[in-house]
Amino acid sequence: MEILVILVPLALMLGLAGLVAFLWSLRSGQYDDLDGAAWRAISDDDPPPEAPVKL
Amino acid sequence: MQVTRDFSHYVRAAGAGLQHIDLAVEGVHCAGCMAKIERGLSTIPDVTLARVNLTDRRVALEWKQGTLDPLSFIDRLEELGYKAYPYETESAEATEVAESRFLLRCLGVAAFATMNVMMLSIPVWSGNVSDMLPEQRDFFHWLSALIALPAAAYAGQPFFRSAWRALSNKTTNMDVPISIGVCLALGMSVVETIDHAEHVYFDAAIMLLTFLLVGRFLDQNMRRRTRAVAGNLAALKAETAAKFVGPDEISQVPVAAIHSGDIVLLRPGERCAVDGTVIEGRSEIDQSLITGETLYVTAEHGTAVYAGSMNISGTLRVRVSAASEATLLAEITRLLENALQARSRYMRLADRASQLYAPVVHATALITILGWVIAGASWHDAIVTGVAVLIITCPCALGLAIPTVQTIASGAMFKAGVLLNSGDAIERLAEADHVIFDKTGTLTLRDLEVTNAADIPADVFGLAGRLALSSHHPVAAAVAQAAGARSPIVGSVEEAGQGVRAVVDGVEIRVGRPSFCGAEALVVGADLDPEASVVAFSRGAEKFILSVRQGLRPDAKDVIAALKARNIGIEILSGDREPAVIAAAHALGIAEWRAGVTPADKIARIEELKQRGVKVLMVGDGMNDAPSLAAAHVSMSPISAAHLSQATADLVFLGRPLAPVVVAIDAARKALHLMRQNLWLAIGYNLLAVPVAISGVVTPLIAAAAMSGSSILVMLNSLRTRRRAREIV
Repeated sequence: MEILVILVPLALMLGLAGLVAFLWSLRSGQYDDLDGAAWRAISDDDPPPEAPVKL
Repeated sequence: MQVTRDFSHYVRAAGAGLQHIDLAVEGVHCAGCMAKIERGLSTIPDVTLARVNLTDRRVALEWKQGTLDPLSFIDRLEELGYKAYPYETESAEATEVAESRFLLRCLGVAAFATMNVMMLSIPVWSGNVSDMLPEQRDFFHWLSALIALPAAAYAGQPFFRSAWRALSNKTTNMDVPISIGVCLALGMSVVETIDHAEHVYFDAAIMLLTFLLVGRFLDQNMRRRTRAVAGNLAALKAETAAKFVGPDEISQVPVAAIHSGDIVLLRPGERCAVDGTVIEGRSEIDQSLITGETLYVTAEHGTAVYAGSMNISGTLRVRVSAASEATLLAEITRLLENALQARSRYMRLADRASQLYAPVVHATALITILGWVIAGASWHDAIVTGVAVLIITCPCALGLAIPTVQTIASGAMFKAGVLLNSGDAIERLAEADHVIFDKTGTLTLRDLEVTNAADIPADVFGLAGRLALSSHHPVAAAVAQAAGARSPIVGSVEEAGQGVRAVVDGVEIRVGRPSFCGAEALVVGADLDPEASVVAFSRGAEKFILSVRQGLRPDAKDVIAALKARNIGIEILSGDREPAVIAAAHALGIAEWRAGVTPADKIARIEELKQRGVKVLMVGDGMNDAPSLAAAHVSMSPISAAHLSQATADLVFLGRPLAPVVVAIDAARKALHLMRQNLWLAIGYNLLAVPVAISGVVTPLIAAAAMSGSSILVMLNSLRTRRRAREIV
């Protein structure tokens, strides 16, 4: 049962990481345009290149 | 005179030598539009960011400072086929956005805590029936407390604040029992943890917050979205004014950039965007948006003009004044304030429910405690049972019962072109059993139409339309539009306030006032609509007359019939003259009408109906309707309404048809029915759960299962509106 001392904090850390990720995504405006995001995900063509890409 | 367009008011610095502007764009519906706009704008050199927001129908643009004029973006979008206009975030919308984000953050924290506390609770529940050591259980309980307490302190803020506000106003709302329930559950759990007890309720308390925050967030998000759409519509009206920037130089600037004391130019055919006083010029103006009167009024030096007035014939110079200076507005504002105060007394269904609910629940808990003490239990055990009663009755389902239905119903209305200004409007609209319509601009459209086009030979009508293209007069514009004219006649001459003339194939043609065309004889003989303006057309010796008036909304008759079928009383209260009102009432089959009514009279009539217990829905658009919109039980106005009326109305509907009125009433009635059903579901659940709690056999497992079960049941029941809403729309 001593393993709990490691596993429980570990589980909590993982949960906390999830929360931090959520708060970060909220702050960076990823929930501002949910309709648009839904379409962007399945859009076929590439978005206009921000800078010329050299192959 | 030199005219420029100036959008610098909307441009703001975006740091590092960049400038930023937000544009509201019309007609962006799909991924295709999004890609097209972004690609189209990105090809402009020096543009560093072009991103479409499909939810709010806006484009954010950034470019290198000083290289581009915002005008070029609007022109570019025009080429792509989209109408766009700079958009400025109002403070009201900014608040909604901030609130929405805050709720989402609370929800994230609460959901994180719920999941983790649940992860710790399930081992305890299963350990309690097997071989868990008391030390291990205490360890898990302390960990739960460590997560749940700070999370609840943060995520519970929306409820605690609202409950505190209600209590300090000596009222109560649904958030009061919620806050008490959560705090007691947490407090008792801490005490029990210290006592090494078996049962703690951290999971129940934090789960309750999560469920309630879902409802709260959905509700807020709907409101934010409505506000964004309303903001876009306002921006796309592109209200500008021609402001004098030099003695002989004018600049077309957005209304937001006009200040009191500025002098603006008002040309014929333009709608005034500001309030002010005429200082130079003479003209006729159409004040129908202000007073409901369709006859033109003469404007000269010293005449007060209001935003929404249409200038008809001459050019005016107007000195802008602060809105409240004008006498008519002051009167309307006073009436409006009185009416708004009266309205705030309305009790929402949720508040009514909580006023009944809270005392009953708290009394039950108290009786439980006393009952167990009398029956011989220790104070400690009795209080634990009492708190368990409060936890199990904590109005989780009750808190969700109304917002979930509201969210879905307002979404359905949104699709049908109805925007909600206030959440409780749905309840009030569902109760309405009498509709009062304003005539001008509500039953009729603002656009003028030619009523006797069928009586005139098509080639003559077409020629009259082409000639009319050369004039800015709104009546001439209506003739040109009705005739579908595209190419103006070369060499046509406009005589101000009279008409237009030209020579075609050696014959002189004229369109304008009957006297201008020598057609007075025809007008005297004809049986004309009393409301119509008469335009004459002459080709040599041939004379024709055209009757131009504001047409009824295309589906007005069907809507009135549909309302009658629903047993809703209908009447017209108009500020317009009697003949005009009779004509509309007759055409629509409305028996009850009053003409020449002042704003105060309208309110008096609404009060009279209120005394009789009638719940009035007021539908109006003029500035003179604003006080009665506020005084009525519930109110609607078309999007073409005066600003003040739109801001006062509970619901705003878009487009030319009147049908949204009926759609909104139907949707609201269904929604109210579901809200009541949800409340009964929640009460029924409590009736089942409370005896179990009173008997003292509730464990945290039962509390958690019962709570989530009832919340999910209520949510699923609300989703039924959505299926029905699809049938309507």
